[in-house]
Amino acid sequence: MTDAQVVKRAKYKSSVKDPGLRGHKSSKEGANRPALLNLTQDQGNYIFEFENFSDREICRDFVAKAIAFSGEVGGPTSDKAVPQKDEQLSSAEMERRIKLLQEDIELQKLHKQFVIGDVLSETEFWATRKKLLDVNASRKAKQRVGLKSEMIFNVKPSSDGQSNRVTFNLTPEMIHQIFAEKPAVRQAYINFVPNKAAYVSQAAEDEELAVFLRQDAILANETRQKIRKVDPTLDMEADEGDDYTHIPGHGLANEDIKDELEAQYEPFKRSFLQDINRHAAVVLEGRTIDVETGDTRSVAEALASTKRVELAKEASDGNVLQDRIDRIVRMAEIEDLQAPRDPPVAPLCIKDPRDYFDSQQVNALNQLSGTRQMKSRLSTSEAYGSLRAHISEIRTTGFSDPIVRPEVAFQVFNSLTQNISSSKYQLGKNPHESILDTLPSVTKEELLLVSRLRDAMSKIYPKLQEIKESVQSDTRHQVSLLVQPMLQALDAAFAHYELDQQKRYAKGGEKPNGYA
Amino acid sequence: MTPVSSKQYADDVSLLMVLIDTNPLFWSSTAAPLPFSKFLSQVLSFLNSILLLNQLNQVMVIATGLNSCDYIYDSSLGLTTQRVETLLQKLEEFVIKDEELNKDDSVDGIGSSLLSGSLSMALCYIQRVFRSGSLHPQPRILCMHGSQDGPGQYVAIMNSIFSAQRSMVPIDSCVIGSQHSAFLQQASYITGGVYLKPQQPDGLFQYLTTVFATDLHSRNFLQLPKPVGVDFRASCFCHKNTIDMGYICSVCLSIFCKHHKKCSTCGSAFGQPQTNVSTSNQKS
Repeated sequence: MTDAQVVKRAKYKSSVKDPGLRGHKSSKEGANRPALLNLTQDQGNYIFEFENFSDREICRDFVAKAIAFSGEVGGPTSDKAVPQKDEQLSSAEMERRIKLLQEDIELQKLHKQFVIGDVLSETEFWATRKKLLDVNASRKAKQRVGLKSEMIFNVKPSSDGQSNRVTFNLTPEMIHQIFAEKPAVRQAYINFVPNKAAYVSQAAEDEELAVFLRQDAILANETRQKIRKVDPTLDMEADEGDDYTHIPGHGLANEDIKDELEAQYEPFKRSFLQDINRHAAVVLEGRTIDVETGDTRSVAEALASTKRVELAKEASDGNVLQDRIDRIVRMAEIEDLQAPRDPPVAPLCIKDPRDYFDSQQVNALNQLSGTRQMKSRLSTSEAYGSLRAHISEIRTTGFSDPIVRPEVAFQVFNSLTQNISSSKYQLGKNPHESILDTLPSVTKEELLLVSRLRDAMSKIYPKLQEIKESVQSDTRHQVSLLVQPMLQALDAAFAHYELDQQKRYAKGGEKPNGYA
Repeated sequence: MTPVSSKQYADDVSLLMVLIDTNPLFWSSTAAPLPFSKFLSQVLSFLNSILLLNQLNQVMVIATGLNSCDYIYDSSLGLTTQRVETLLQKLEEFVIKDEELNKDDSVDGIGSSLLSGSLSMALCYIQRVFRSGSLHPQPRILCMHGSQDGPGQYVAIMNSIFSAQRSMVPIDSCVIGSQHSAFLQQASYITGGVYLKPQQPDGLFQYLTTVFATDLHSRNFLQLPKPVGVDFRASCFCHKNTIDMGYICSVCLSIFCKHHKKCSTCGSAFGQPQTNVSTSNQKS
């Protein structure tokens, strides 16, 4: 249906004498890209957006035909206009065509045969191969050539035996790689190389510089920044291997340097590993700039500028530190990462006697030598008198109302529960739980395990409560509906466990009081 | 002795023996964290609460004085009205009596009340209850103590503690004073009771009802506060000093701080060193 519409419109268009279409460009096919068709006219550009690419194809074909037709129609009137139009048409297309021809030898042969042999015209030749052009163009645009993964170790300088000059033959490709891998060289190059003319000899010098620059300050800086950005849940041990300045041997456990010979190679070994790492990082990053354009200087500057842009971005993003802190705080709440609050071993019941000894020493001293601290303010008889006064005070005034102030009672209750729950983790059982001792040791272990599980389960209750409360009131009902079966399951589990416990205690036998 | 079964009673009926420290020197000193009247009012309210928990509960109050101890109140006598009134009356009489027994006006520091005496009295009462028949509640002892430990009472207190252990009577301790009490720590530890030193003396009533009101049967299902450590040091028998290293008689296990030729408790002579014996053998 849409075809018919397109055709109709086109027909309408062609009834106009000269639509004045000069050229058309279309956006590349891609998943999320809109299908655009850009028509250039004498007056200006018109951009049409299509619903799908097939529609656009149809339109484009038609427009191409129209342009060709108008070109041909206008041909006899103005011969000059035609080649001009042709050129305007396909400045980008010409490039594409040339590339295609270069790559595909068969196509080249055909082209030679037909076009140069004047059998077909260019447009006709390429019209049938439009799809090829488009496909190639899109493919070409998507795929980038990566960097070579071989490192530059085979750069052997050639030296003429007479003078002391050592010449390195570096292709621009290699220079690019060197600059990417050793930013110190790049920096030095930018600083020291004044003009283009002397760049060859300078490059040789800089290569020597690179050999000496083992401690690459810029690299170290970069890696430090990277380390800071790392998610704290990652394995820091593994990351510290990248920290060049601190760990000798990169934390490799089995490195023991026994030979002196080996020892003198140690710094070389270290830098070799550094180089490999750096090279791998550069290769994975890919090409940040185009190597073909520009000479050494511009390459160096381009690399430097990209790095500066990155740094500036990070610096301007003042939230980085805050984000890190937030992340660390959030990470710190992960239970697995927490240091164990209570040690899993049972602490000895008997505290260090020195603690009590000191306090008891005071007591003993008091009793032997007389009072220092705890002296009665009154003499004995007066003390007795005050005691009786207190008693009669109660008889007259009675108890206070309330006996205990509510906030004090609340505090007491809280501290007691905290105290009890913290001592619950002590695995050392009260030795007077002789009921447990009468059971076989297997069941005792089972019970201990179960009690730990029960503790964990009882922690779930307040968590569920929290969840319920944290949700807004309108959704709370749904949440509580969800939570209710969980609570029921927990309650059933606890009840079952209590029953079991009771049976076990009954089995163990209650010790009757008064048994002598 | 015939074992007495407590199965005839419900499981949570308790007989609570409360030992109240009435050392006037302690209560009038700075070591007392709250005035005696406040303390007493909270304890009395607690007693009322215990009696409310169960109709068959029994409470017995013993006053621990400086020179004597006495039974102050017995709930089995049946006075439900005027309970507090009678208790206070008897307490006042006791204090007067105790003052009269005060021969020496100079006491070291705040002295120590006769804990051993009141413990013994409590245990005697409990034994009487055991022998009264098969029908009795489960007894336990609650010590409200504030004075220091008197090392001279070490032996008597240890005897009481072992006797309580044999009778399976737990001794709970609520220490009001400024320092921990080693004797009571040991007592609670050995007999399976609860030792508590309240951090907030204002809320004493809350501590009492939360921790010490629980009967023995319910304690199987409850988590009660446990002390972090127990001071197991003893006093030597000869000087009554608290020591942590000393000499022990191998016959009666009496503790001495210095080397003695003869044990003062059981009279056994401590043996000669081994080397003399062997040389004498060789000679003969």
